[in-house]
Amino acid sequence: MLSKISRTAIAGAAAVFSGALFSLGAHAQSTIKIAYLEGLSGPFANVGEVGLRHLQYAADRVNAKGGVLGQKIEVIPFDTKTSPQEAQLVFKQLVDQGIRYMMQGNGSAVAIALTEALAKHNSREPEKTVLYMNYGAVDPSLTNEKCNFYHFRFDADVDMKMQALTTYMVQQKDIKKVYLINQDYAFGQSVAKAARAMLTKKRADIEIVGDDLHPLGKVKDFAPYIAKIKASGANAVVSGNWGNDIALLIKAAKEAGLTAEFFTYYAGGLGTPPVIGEAGVGHLKQVTVFHSNIGGSRTADEVNGYRKRFPDSKDDFYWTSIMAAVDMLARSMEQTKSTDPTKVALALENMKVDQVTGEAYMRADNHQLVQPIFVSTFSKSNGKDVKFDVERTGFGFRTDARIEAKDTVLPTTCNFKRPKG
Amino acid sequence: MLNSLSYGLLLFMLSSGLTLIFSMMGVLNFAHASFYMLGAYFAYQTSTYLGFWPALIVAPAAVAFLGALTERYGLRTVHKFGHVAELLFTFGLAYIIEEFVHLLWGRAPVEYRIPPILDFSAFSIYTTQYPAYRVFMMLVSVAMLAALYLALTRTRIGLIIQASLTHPDMVEALGHNVPRVFMTVFAGGAALAGLAGVIGGNAFVTEPGMAASVGTIVFVVVVFGGMGSLAGAFVASLIIGAVQTFSVAFDYSLASILTGMGVQLDPESAWYELWKVTIAQAAPVLPYVLMVLMLIVRPKGLMGTREG
Repeated sequence: MLSKISRTAIAGAAAVFSGALFSLGAHAQSTIKIAYLEGLSGPFANVGEVGLRHLQYAADRVNAKGGVLGQKIEVIPFDTKTSPQEAQLVFKQLVDQGIRYMMQGNGSAVAIALTEALAKHNSREPEKTVLYMNYGAVDPSLTNEKCNFYHFRFDADVDMKMQALTTYMVQQKDIKKVYLINQDYAFGQSVAKAARAMLTKKRADIEIVGDDLHPLGKVKDFAPYIAKIKASGANAVVSGNWGNDIALLIKAAKEAGLTAEFFTYYAGGLGTPPVIGEAGVGHLKQVTVFHSNIGGSRTADEVNGYRKRFPDSKDDFYWTSIMAAVDMLARSMEQTKSTDPTKVALALENMKVDQVTGEAYMRADNHQLVQPIFVSTFSKSNGKDVKFDVERTGFGFRTDARIEAKDTVLPTTCNFKRPKG
Repeated sequence: MLNSLSYGLLLFMLSSGLTLIFSMMGVLNFAHASFYMLGAYFAYQTSTYLGFWPALIVAPAAVAFLGALTERYGLRTVHKFGHVAELLFTFGLAYIIEEFVHLLWGRAPVEYRIPPILDFSAFSIYTTQYPAYRVFMMLVSVAMLAALYLALTRTRIGLIIQASLTHPDMVEALGHNVPRVFMTVFAGGAALAGLAGVIGGNAFVTEPGMAASVGTIVFVVVVFGGMGSLAGAFVASLIIGAVQTFSVAFDYSLASILTGMGVQLDPESAWYELWKVTIAQAAPVLPYVLMVLMLIVRPKGLMGTREG
């Protein structure tokens, strides 16, 4: 209720303001609206806010060049409280407001709920289709059995990252015994499953000496888990943990003097490096589609540009997937001279994009962006190969390996119906 | 073993304040874990200016001050409306403190680190190093238990406190300010939580969710040990610490036991998902199972004495 009132009030104020600015037009110029659906209150609000700033940053850049088809991109945030039920309600709201583009990326459960709502809506109202840009929900099912023509993913999924990570791991001859420790929910389980399958297939002499699932966000003290890892004799640990679950795990490992290497997904996630600090240096690795020290002047420009725009130390450039999404969206609109999601979606297929990390393209058969993936190590920043630290902590990531886009492509079971353009 | 001890002792530090307040005042303080969180944040703030050691004194003192204010201006007023009102009051307070922390320190974890002087490994057992900071945690906790016990049973203040619980009118007639005694007790309980925050905040993570993550387990300790029993809380903390720590090490599941007994199980069997849950996976649930069992078998808790 309150938020509705305040939104109307803000919209009213904005209308008055823009009316004053452009006294020529009686009503405000029409914009291309992108709804941003994320938890903007509650425990994951900080994550949601960071994504929103990235989207704003990307939209500003397009707008500064004159926008798309003469229209500006407008970002409209919606609070999903990171809950699937709430997200479906919010989806109805944005449909009611006539918004045709939406973006979401935190939480695969939310993403799955959204694609289901989206599929229903788009089949019922083909005149009012909505296009979904997913910048970070990495459950493989979203581009496999649960895929949808109007869903596009710009981050690499769990299996693709595991493919990249295991390719790197099997080249490290000293890795013999691997321990898997993950959060006990859909994502953690899929990490464990993928790691086990791919590692044992790629190198027969690698032994999985442990496979633990612990409750999500409930463990305060990882010391007993570390003792167990130590007892198993593992010299490598694979973990999909994020947030405090990874920070506490690494801290406990340092305390117990565990020297195994940690292969993780989200060690560099915003808010995590300050907690890990010194404890992770040298033996903590992550697999990502981007980190600040992949090199190149464009990367530096991107990181510096973002830091200039959002100088808060708790904020840093992270989501290249959001940049790619907005960039590709703008180009496919220009190409088709249309803002109709169906036409735009067809134009997105097979589209190439020149990212800071290298060339990437959108797969037509499951709408997954294929891009290079990096394995990197948490290190002290030194001004050379670790030029940028993360969140001004003095620690950053150093690239160990770059896995080329073509080597991350996996078969898909996706089989969606393509509408006629 | 030592892991379980250190975790248990931290739990004790947390729950002692709660059980103290409960036994003294009959108030179940839902905001107790929030005081723990405040302790950690205050310590973080102090340590950025003054270092860790002053924080060890300043932060609990600040939390005690807040505790005193809460009792004086909040609980005392609410008290006359009975226990439900008190419960709701502390419940609301917990939310207010959490939002306050959000506003002041943000939603992301803060960089509260172990002081470098304690950041080394004290000794190693079977190649596993044991960090000095954990030893320090245990020492503080044990010292606190001793101090608390002595203060309550061997000093004049302790005597007055105990007396004002059972015979408030008489103590008042003897010229003591009973409401102030209550205020002191509440502040003391809060200070204990604050101290736990100072110690636990850097060993684990200082973030706005930390209150919620220990809140429930602290209640389990208090209920399990017996409402209001300090010794009970101590024993219960150690038991629960041990249960949680050791169960992680066991990869046995019902399935593996049944298979051992010659029962054939495969993914097709009924309730297969249930059978294959390992003890390690169920570790975090075990304390709650213990609590429920305890309530069934011995409702007053391990060492609780039910007062009229």
